[in-house]
Amino acid sequence: MGTMAEGPHLAVVGAGPAGLAAALAAAARGVRVSLIDSAAEAGGQFYRQSAAALGARRPQVLHHQWRTWERLRDGLAAHVAGGRVAHLTDHHVWFVEGQSDGFTVHALLGPEQEQPVAVRADAVLLATGGYEKVLPFPGWTLPGVVTAGGAQAMLKGGLVLPGRVAVVAGTGPLLMPVAAGLAAAGAEVAALVEAADPKVLVRHARVLAAHPAKLAEGARYAAELARRRVKVHVRHTVVAAHGSERVEAVTVAALDGDGRVLPGTERRIACDTLAVGHGMLPHTDLAEALGCRLDGTGVAVDDEQRTDVPGVWAAGETTGIGGAVLSLAEGRIAGLSIAARLNSRTPDPRSYETAAKARSGLREFFAILDTVYAPPAHWTEQVTDDTVVCRCEEVPASAIREAAGELGAGDVGTVKLLTRAGMGWCQGRMCGPAVAGLARCEFQPSRRPFARPVPLGVLAGTDFDRHHTDSTDPTEIGPS
Amino acid sequence: MRAPRTPPELVDARPGPAFSVTFDGRQLTVLPGQTIAAALWAAGITSWRTTRGSGEPRGVFCGIGVCFDCLVTVNGRANQRACLVRAEAGDVIRTQEGTGHRGHHG
Repeated sequence: MGTMAEGPHLAVVGAGPAGLAAALAAAARGVRVSLIDSAAEAGGQFYRQSAAALGARRPQVLHHQWRTWERLRDGLAAHVAGGRVAHLTDHHVWFVEGQSDGFTVHALLGPEQEQPVAVRADAVLLATGGYEKVLPFPGWTLPGVVTAGGAQAMLKGGLVLPGRVAVVAGTGPLLMPVAAGLAAAGAEVAALVEAADPKVLVRHARVLAAHPAKLAEGARYAAELARRRVKVHVRHTVVAAHGSERVEAVTVAALDGDGRVLPGTERRIACDTLAVGHGMLPHTDLAEALGCRLDGTGVAVDDEQRTDVPGVWAAGETTGIGGAVLSLAEGRIAGLSIAARLNSRTPDPRSYETAAKARSGLREFFAILDTVYAPPAHWTEQVTDDTVVCRCEEVPASAIREAAGELGAGDVGTVKLLTRAGMGWCQGRMCGPAVAGLARCEFQPSRRPFARPVPLGVLAGTDFDRHHTDSTDPTEIGPS
Repeated sequence: MRAPRTPPELVDARPGPAFSVTFDGRQLTVLPGQTIAAALWAAGITSWRTTRGSGEPRGVFCGIGVCFDCLVTVNGRANQRACLVRAEAGDVIRTQEGTGHRGHHG
């Protein structure tokens, strides 16, 4: 083992495709890297690995672009062995503190997340990825109803299925791989229910033609689902899940051209699992607490993947949802930029020309996917008054409608104060988009002082830079 | 083509020796490396918490540590995210009722 005593020090938060690509690019250019990640194994969600003790001999059958993963994994191992990268696993980062001479990354160690750890760095790359958005419908809190990404994560990580007969539903490019994965692992996939009509993509022939690999990927999934006799219902939606102790069936209905349920088309499908998702949202908590500007729901970055806070870069889905290949390109650009900037040089754009070209093409591609894969325009009409919207605080739709209607709340923050929706354990991550939709106000990522719950003892014992501790509002800790 | 029947068969898993945990007093066999949530799913169990308000059953929702729906009591410690915490031999896992701090359940 070498030491990490010399040279500038980069903290990368997140060991998915973006964080790994950045760590490898920076480490290869002499930057000492701490790769800080909450999981026991690198890979993030896309390359989520099962535990070594499970002894998977063919893990690649649950994955895509496995060769890329092998390159990342082997590169990481070489840099760790060479002492250039420290891979800090099971570290749950809750706050990045900006100081006059650098940053301190605060994490909680281990699954119980109580022991504090602090990592000092000259620069920070936020590669915190995204999480799944799920809009509510009657029965969505029943056990056996899981997020599509969650079903996939449990399969890849734990080699388990939630049941025997699954319906996969919602909207977005994630649904097909999830359905294919569940079917390959032995579940009967009774239906794939997609709200959008992917045929609309044909209108964007020019952009699609520039991405033959993406088209081939979609065609491969479609063929695999056909081979496994999975019925695919496009322009359909799940209007309710039924059951008492767990989901026993779902009601599925067709959508009209305006995104409304077509009366009379409802039918019941028996299942013990519903894997549902309506797209992805970027994780932006750490960036927001640092004072980074957002662009829409993602962290705003420049051509070098720099945020507007000096010393803080962001790459991958925290800057906007666009998949693993885009994350790799952004991570590589960030790593090259960081290596140059930490040595007081300006990076040569020619050094990342290929990655930049991939980045612009994929951003264009995903912007189009975003217009095609959308939840039904009138999804709120299916949300009955007694449907629980905030899963943590058990706030029904009626309370949110009342707050926005009779009580006149005009923004998500006021609805939250009036109803407690978004005040629970998950801090509104699960219900945020739903509350905004039901209250007819704009969805904005809510500012959370810390990225995850922190024991009070840890907070009390954290020696924040004295410059900032005068503030009484925890959201004001850090540079502003 | 013949579909594999289970996820471990699909990836040709050769796990280390299995061990036992208990869930509400019932003995379960767990593969090493699995989280509490994976161990419970493998045993066909999908709910292990009741909500504070209406006492509704809950289990895994997001599966990646974001939603906190899968909270469970492990070895007397409440509010553990079952999807993050690795199962260990001899773990005593209990359904968490409400906050996990109110009353006694066994």
